Amino acid sequence: MTETKFVDIDFSRIETDRMRLNVGPQHPSTHGVLRLEVELDGEVVTNVIPHIGYLHRCFEKIAENMNYQQVIPYVDRMDYISSMNNELPYVMAVEKLMGIKVPEKVEYIRVIMAELNRIANHQIAIATFGLDAGAFTPFLYLFRDREYILWIFEKATGGRLLFNYFWVGGLANDVYPTFKEDVLNIVKQVRKTNKDIEELLIYNKIFIDRTANVGVLPADVAINYGCSGPMLRGSGIPFDLRKAEPYSIYDRFDFEIPVGKGEVGTVGDCWDRNIVRFREMEQSCRIIEQAIEQMPDSGDVQSAIPKKVRPPKGEIYFRCENPKGELGFYIISDGKDKPYRVKGRAPSFVNLSVLPEISRGYLFADLIVILGSIDIVLGEIDR
Amino acid sequence: METFNVFERLLGENILSAAISVLLPLVFLIIYALIAILGELKISAWIQERLGPMRTGPYGILQPLAEVIKLIQKEDIVPAGANKLLFNLAPYVIFAGSFAGFAVIPFTAAFVPAEINIGLFYIFAIGAFAVIGIVMGGWASNNKYSLLGAMRSASQMISYEIPGALVILSAAVLANSLDMQKITLLQAGGFWNWFLFGGPGSWSKIWIVPFTILLSIIYLIASLAETNRTPFDIPEGESELVAGYHTEYSGMKFAMFFFAEYSNMFIVAAILTVVFLGGWTSPFGDFMSGFWWGVFWFIFKAMFIVFVQIWLRWTLPRVRVDQLMYLGWKVLLPFALVCFMMISLYRIIY
Amino acid sequence: MIDYFKNVWTWFYTILIGMKVTLKHLFAKKVTIQYPNERYPIPPIARNRLQLDPDRCNGCLQCARICPVQCITIETLKVVPDDPEHPTMFDGTPRKIWVPRYDIDFAKCCFCGLCTTVCPTEAIKHTTDFEYSSYTRDGLIYHFSAMSPEKVEEKKRMLAEWTAKQKAAKASAEKQAANASSE
Repeated sequence: MTETKFVDIDFSRIETDRMRLNVGPQHPSTHGVLRLEVELDGEVVTNVIPHIGYLHRCFEKIAENMNYQQVIPYVDRMDYISSMNNELPYVMAVEKLMGIKVPEKVEYIRVIMAELNRIANHQIAIATFGLDAGAFTPFLYLFRDREYILWIFEKATGGRLLFNYFWVGGLANDVYPTFKEDVLNIVKQVRKTNKDIEELLIYNKIFIDRTANVGVLPADVAINYGCSGPMLRGSGIPFDLRKAEPYSIYDRFDFEIPVGKGEVGTVGDCWDRNIVRFREMEQSCRIIEQAIEQMPDSGDVQSAIPKKVRPPKGEIYFRCENPKGELGFYIISDGKDKPYRVKGRAPSFVNLSVLPEISRGYLFADLIVILGSIDIVLGEIDR
Repeated sequence: METFNVFERLLGENILSAAISVLLPLVFLIIYALIAILGELKISAWIQERLGPMRTGPYGILQPLAEVIKLIQKEDIVPAGANKLLFNLAPYVIFAGSFAGFAVIPFTAAFVPAEINIGLFYIFAIGAFAVIGIVMGGWASNNKYSLLGAMRSASQMISYEIPGALVILSAAVLANSLDMQKITLLQAGGFWNWFLFGGPGSWSKIWIVPFTILLSIIYLIASLAETNRTPFDIPEGESELVAGYHTEYSGMKFAMFFFAEYSNMFIVAAILTVVFLGGWTSPFGDFMSGFWWGVFWFIFKAMFIVFVQIWLRWTLPRVRVDQLMYLGWKVLLPFALVCFMMISLYRIIY
Repeated sequence: MIDYFKNVWTWFYTILIGMKVTLKHLFAKKVTIQYPNERYPIPPIARNRLQLDPDRCNGCLQCARICPVQCITIETLKVVPDDPEHPTMFDGTPRKIWVPRYDIDFAKCCFCGLCTTVCPTEAIKHTTDFEYSSYTRDGLIYHFSAMSPEKVEEKKRMLAEWTAKQKAAKASAEKQAANASSE
């Protein structure tokens, strides 16, 4: 046998009853390649340390060596399940820097696409959240609907997930003729499925018990950590960039900002965050319907595309309401055709930072639910 | 109708008839497990608007066979830090525990592998055996997830024995017996004689019908917890514990865990069938009753319960550990106790 | 106490509601598409594997330059003016540049579609073919050039000869000019 070693141990500092558990990077519910170092006291979580960087792709450095047009495919790959919403702030930032005014039709198509993608994103968020809580069936109902949305994207843009559709000054191509009918059908389908999900998952008592009063994020903590999106609104703060500082044409639509009210538990618990996403889907449906109604039929979507994207010297920070929160791009231009610096402010990254704060003292099973309620995408966190 | 063991009558009380009595349930178990796996695959798929397996054989009916073959030829991995003896023993302990339960299940009037007069008690006692195997496997795996799963499982199964036992006790009070054949025979003569509807007797039984229905629901819930099925699958809760106590198992040993789970499902379904749904007796009195009809009715009823278990699994989210305990101790137990008392009272009065 | 019973009742009731929903779906129409046998129609705009028409490619290198992941590798050769073939493009105009090598590495390609938009002659296009998996990484490198290696050699030789001739002509011209000026 091995030789005995005598080590001087300070026994007062040893906590023999704590267990350190590595959750991930390969784990069914870490939503990608997140690694959580969890300290457990029995089943109670005493500390969580998220370790990130398993999906780092140097987006910001690569962007410095690409011209403005080439960065867009990389922007797509940040939050790869809501690419349209990623492209929007980047494209609009460059347009603002160059002083381009895009045609009316482009704005409408952008809004419709972004809202469709917001629905698709929230469908994934709710589906995986249900999966984290153990409900498998709603997952597939929502994914079925998401597939219909992706088919529309494929028909309109050519890509299912990564579009490269919004260009500086316009769009890659016009939408196809029956686009409006297809989108309205999707809206109908989304509403129909949401009714099922409401009965099957949202108001299921087991689900409520699992998520209510769990991972409570008070409003002041949420603000201090810089949370945004459904995380912030779930805590009862009606802050939505689409209303707060309307970009694009969002000031023309009539919609509400759903906030968490603590209907079944405390304000700011996991259920509230989830219900905010769920109700946002309905609001997105409303925006889409209004946009389809107002959208001009004719118009050239490429008329404002500049011959060469070469913004003047300057810098800009432009932010949009991503499904996950406030996504902003800080771009410094030195007058060349390549950006001097591109910094992405990723909502998932900021939202994840609050995880240790809100998961201490809950059970291990709750930790998974809390992580699911944050709705992270590792592509965006690591960039 | 009298009950007997058909093999003992045909071959005499010798080793041969005993061997057949043992092997027949095993054969049945294997066939049942294949059907149940297919059922699980297909029902889950249909509920989720999928088609399920479609490639192996017509409509994918050979899929469970393919999976068994796949599991057999998989490499058997024992983790380096595992306790080899316990690790290797655990799946067989679990399986032995669940298979031993088959000894007293009355498939029909003329066949129960071992006719003992404390059948219900025996099946309950032997059912608790599985906990040992799970804790063994979870601890021996030398994996934190397995350990957590095993700990959860132990507490869960032990606490759900109690409401389950109270239900069995109530049934014993009603039937005045623990012999499964006797309980079945009492309920002969039509579905209105089932213990689900108060058992045989005069109109006065109407007083206890709500309680017996409640008891059967309590047992269904408790049995879900005992077999570690959703919504009570927290010992193997995939999203938290990867695969719980069988995280480290692969190949045939994993298949044994799987097999034991399905066999446990059938056993609790069989108990429910015998105690509340009249076992192998026909629901229509003398119509469609007899030896083979008995087999049919028993398996049909048990399979229906299995279907309900599968259906529930694909409907519900998973409960949390503390909620599981709350449900077991603060909801099921008081309800079962009240039902038990009411039924006892009824027996004293009438 | 009332809360307790209410709670238990909601447990029971919502479970029944959920079971009703799943039972409804159990008999609903299934949405699975049995992939290799049935397919959903891929729209013609879909961006899948790239395809180059070598007849159209004029070797302008714009696609290789715009590609964000540098997955296109192109080599070009000048066409000598006295080429006996008198090569032409797809529309009959004389070809200026040979493209002896045009490789696309689909392991790198990100299907952004930028190369197709910058191409002045619409030589490179996305197809709807998405089933081209390969066992090796080399199998994903597609060679689109229409020129055979012998032909490339020949053209290279021709260009070398031509440039040598040009050089010689230039040198002799300079010499003559020098002679003329010195005289």
